[in-house]
Amino acid sequence: MRGFLTLLARNRLALVGLIVIGCVALLALITPLLPLANPNVIDTPNRFQPPFSAGAVLGTDHLGRDLLSRLLWGTRLSLAMGLAAAMIAATIGSAIGIIAGYYGGRTDNVIMRGVDMLMGFPYILLALAIVAALGPGLMNALIAVAAVNVPFFARNIRGITVGIAHKEFVDAARLSGMRNRDIILSEVLPNVLPVIVIAMSTTVGWMILETAGLSFLGLGSQPPQADLGSMLGEARSALITHPHTSIVPGAMILVIVMGINLLGDGVRDALDPRLKSGALSRPMPATTVDRHGPVPTARTDSLLDIVGLRTEFRVRDRVYKAVGGVDLHVEQGECLGIIGESGSGKSVTALSVMGLVASPPGVITGGAVHFDGTDLIGAPYEVLRALRGRRVAYIFQDPLATLHPLYKVGDQLIEAIQTHDPLSKEAARIRAIDLLKSVRIPNAESRIDSYPYEMSGGMRQRVGIAMALANDPDVIIADEPTTALDVTVQAQILSVLSDLRRERGLAIIFITHDFGVVGQLCDRVAVMYAGQIVEEGPTEAVLRNPHHPYTSRLIDCVPTLGGGQRKLAAIPGLPPVVDRLPVGCAFAERCDKADPTCRADAIALMPTGAGRKTRCLFPETKQERIV
Amino acid sequence: MSEALKLTDLSKSFAVGKRLFGPPKAMVHAVQPLDLTVTTGETLGIVGESGCGKSTLAKMLVGLLPPTTGQIEIEGAVLDNADPARFGKRIQYVFQDPISSLNPRKTIRQIMEVPLRRLHHMDKATRAARIREIFAAVNLREEFLDRYPHEFSGGQAQRIGIARALAAQARILILDEPVSALDVSVQAQVLNLLADLKEAFGLTYLFISHDLAVVEAVSDRIAVLYFGAIVEVGSAREIFANARHPYTALLAASAPEVGRPIVAPETAATELPDPLSPPLGCAFNERCGFATDRCRAEKPALTTDETGRAFACFNPLATTR
Repeated sequence: MRGFLTLLARNRLALVGLIVIGCVALLALITPLLPLANPNVIDTPNRFQPPFSAGAVLGTDHLGRDLLSRLLWGTRLSLAMGLAAAMIAATIGSAIGIIAGYYGGRTDNVIMRGVDMLMGFPYILLALAIVAALGPGLMNALIAVAAVNVPFFARNIRGITVGIAHKEFVDAARLSGMRNRDIILSEVLPNVLPVIVIAMSTTVGWMILETAGLSFLGLGSQPPQADLGSMLGEARSALITHPHTSIVPGAMILVIVMGINLLGDGVRDALDPRLKSGALSRPMPATTVDRHGPVPTARTDSLLDIVGLRTEFRVRDRVYKAVGGVDLHVEQGECLGIIGESGSGKSVTALSVMGLVASPPGVITGGAVHFDGTDLIGAPYEVLRALRGRRVAYIFQDPLATLHPLYKVGDQLIEAIQTHDPLSKEAARIRAIDLLKSVRIPNAESRIDSYPYEMSGGMRQRVGIAMALANDPDVIIADEPTTALDVTVQAQILSVLSDLRRERGLAIIFITHDFGVVGQLCDRVAVMYAGQIVEEGPTEAVLRNPHHPYTSRLIDCVPTLGGGQRKLAAIPGLPPVVDRLPVGCAFAERCDKADPTCRADAIALMPTGAGRKTRCLFPETKQERIV
Repeated sequence: MSEALKLTDLSKSFAVGKRLFGPPKAMVHAVQPLDLTVTTGETLGIVGESGCGKSTLAKMLVGLLPPTTGQIEIEGAVLDNADPARFGKRIQYVFQDPISSLNPRKTIRQIMEVPLRRLHHMDKATRAARIREIFAAVNLREEFLDRYPHEFSGGQAQRIGIARALAAQARILILDEPVSALDVSVQAQVLNLLADLKEAFGLTYLFISHDLAVVEAVSDRIAVLYFGAIVEVGSAREIFANARHPYTALLAASAPEVGRPIVAPETAATELPDPLSPPLGCAFNERCGFATDRCRAEKPALTTDETGRAFACFNPLATTR
């Protein structure tokens, strides 16, 4: 609740709305206690008194009644009417929406077609028809306004409910013995309540206007009772001669509706989970760089040399050190595997290379990425743009998310080619077909005109690879490209990648959590834990004879085919959260060899054999494991 | 050995392109009529790739989907109408995504109390005692009970999901990819916990996964599913090492293994057949190197050989022994 209020207060206009509505509501509440004249006492000799005249601060109306008193009593009534209408419409509409969305099928079809029919009428006509049928009067106007707004809630809430009714926790509740009614009340309703509140906050103002509209037409409140609409209606005949009688209620309607709408927008923004997560804030074209001190120089003359890379996520007052000083290099034609569990920083390392980490909240705070002799950290956007895809290309985990669903895959490939190469459309298309053939897509000539949804997961990932190859890059960074695929399809994709690398001399950085895949594809492997490399070396040596206890324990965790039924060697505990890293070794908490020296100070990555480095004070010295 | 679970002629078809009146445009046979028995105390692994019908099968077994044909016998009692509350006490389900199987707006205690109250009508004190017992069994601290699901890591949330399934006191658990959303170090913790619980409470497991190595590590017997039908059933020790059905052999050859060179196990880049126009005969014939004209015309039935291995193939691979 406090979080909600701070979010709301951050929106200045919403705060103004809140204050205005608060004042009006307070006045309306204490109206009976104020020393006001009776709003309904007729005093014709003193009719049309101007504002600020004795005994009537806002003047009097055509029957000599005190305008201030009528205004406050009228506001009280209008607010109550608007709120009541909103409550009734929200309750009935949400109930209809939840039932339609939850049961689905024929129930849904019948209910929603009924709602659609209701929506087919112009709303004011519908409200007039309802009042005409029921007869004029406050209650009937209230019913009409509520009825007119029911479809809005029903449709909104139905959409949300459909999503929730298919969530796994609803299935779980059913298996726990809950009946449909219990599930609706205790599982579905709490999850749609925020949406109902949002929908209400944005419609209350509208409903106050509608009730005022009906009263203006003489169908709502009946004389002598005052509400804002009927006050306007009665003042209509004296609009030119005595404008203050219209301006007073008109200004109040304006203030109330504007206040409510500003507040409603604020409430919506504060409650909407998408806005809370910052998903709607637009990331910058390249990651922000906040680097102090000297730029580390390249240690090798490799194609890509990452030195001391540090990337953080700054979320409010927390700093998540996702990458904490990573050194990596990859040679022409080499395949480097980066292995680690989720949150180990392997993807952020890869995205930092081309400044693709979303900013905000991502910031590169140190290190250098030397590509072909130049440092890319902090390079101008134009330089990065020219390199992205052209010399360093990415393949991502889910090709359905990276391909645009509305364009044919061929057009997307052609666009990728033409971005860096001024080819004609025909020439680019020929090249695109060649690319599809090179990733072994059958019938490339016809598949080029398919949409992404028409392809299977394996075929889409082949298109993803073809797109990465479009401009003949030197380095391909593949971020878990086969994790979402089935094993038989994974084997096909891995063989495509392996052949391409041999044919084209590509350098591949292959990010994965699967030792089997690394063991088959990569020449060297780096193991990451809590944002740091803990072990690095030739793949076979690392997998056969791991030096870091984490690598060793992790390999033991993973069952391999052919081992039969058995108990697995689990690692106790969880990886540390990267906003609260321990001082010394991040793995010390879960390591059975750790002693106080491990927790005392940061541990350096030290050479432990031919081409191997390990970040451990007590490296493993076990004999060769049988792989 | 008694039968914990017996499926007879169980199948599920979905209508595609439903119309308000009249028959639907087409039917997709997600699970083709199958017979399967699980003996008490056994872990039966079910392995298959996406789209093979393994999740549909699991949902039918716990009553979340009504079967199109066939019946489900749980510990001798026939349950062919889908009423999850009737199924709930006998068979429970552990979901793949641990976080989304917990209502984000309820505390863990509220979630845990539902099966105890609804299925077993326990009073408040008994419920609290029972929850304490279950939490001790799955190695969770009691202070977690008053927290909300989003405060937990995947591994902890999956333990909570398992605890909820245990609360129903069912003796059969359907585990639908219970570790595929977890990191490998946590995956081993959960798999070991499941093994301990099985021993402590005498449970029977149906373990569904796409990961051959995981299934092999936990199962006594394994059934391989392809395109909605069982293609091979055999002991976990034997089935991948000595596959009889070419599809099982393909799966085993595709599993990444350290040190094995990368060769595409299939020459053609083929994948699952189109469920809207299933192939005549064996569903695997288009991908199979041993397919004959008979395979393209006739559907092979699941037959058991003298060693107890069952497979549905006209030209099975030779045994190596």
